[in-house]
Amino acid sequence: MQIEYFQLIDRIVELNIGEKTITVEAQVPEKSTIFEGHFPGYPIMPGVLLTEAMAQSSGWLLLGLMKFERMPFLAIIKEAKMRGFVSPGQLLTIEAKVEHEGSGFAVTSAKVRVDSLLKCSAELTFRHIPFPNPELRMHMDAMAHKIGFPQQAISYD
Amino acid sequence: MSSTFDQIANIIAETCDIPRDTITPESHAIDDLGIDSLDFLDIAFAVDKAFGIKMPLEKWTQEVNDGKATTEQYFVMKNLCSRVDELVAAKGAGA
Repeated sequence: MQIEYFQLIDRIVELNIGEKTITVEAQVPEKSTIFEGHFPGYPIMPGVLLTEAMAQSSGWLLLGLMKFERMPFLAIIKEAKMRGFVSPGQLLTIEAKVEHEGSGFAVTSAKVRVDSLLKCSAELTFRHIPFPNPELRMHMDAMAHKIGFPQQAISYD
Repeated sequence: MSSTFDQIANIIAETCDIPRDTITPESHAIDDLGIDSLDFLDIAFAVDKAFGIKMPLEKWTQEVNDGKATTEQYFVMKNLCSRVDELVAAKGAGA
């Protein structure tokens, strides 16, 4: 996890295009300037970043479903519940599933766990549009390679 | 069984916190009810789920942007309900 760059997902554990689900892992760093302020003497991962991690996990799932032809952007966060603290150095397992595929939008549900403990959950809505420029598409391709996005999933029918 | 209009009006009232009695078949979802594109995502999600359809929002928006249709054709409540009825019927015919 490169938390300051908002690159929160380290590895795709499983992507199931047929079931429309994804499981990813994200290693919270031991040290970050974010933890210096949040909070001094009691560092915990901010809830907004946990929510962002759920959004990024959902985003990779949607990218796979749309064969990297369109880019999802977070639009609505509902029912975001921070159920427990996440500390520096913990390994997050994030699961997301598609609840609905609409026209130009999709809704997912996502959960973050540390070991078996549920830490947070949310329902997320994304708008998706064709990639706005080649640079973003190239960046997403590079990130997909970096986190082990299963390339065969892109050609799934 | 409630009508398509009643179901959609109830969804809009609940989703957008609009008094139910202000929503009529003649209401324009955008111009009269003030529903913005983000709220409409929520409404589309709820309508899709309630009727088991997929409202072609992108196609409608494109037609409006291209000048091939007016917003009234899709977003005045009675017209929106007709579109939903058509989608439900098409789904039933294709099943």
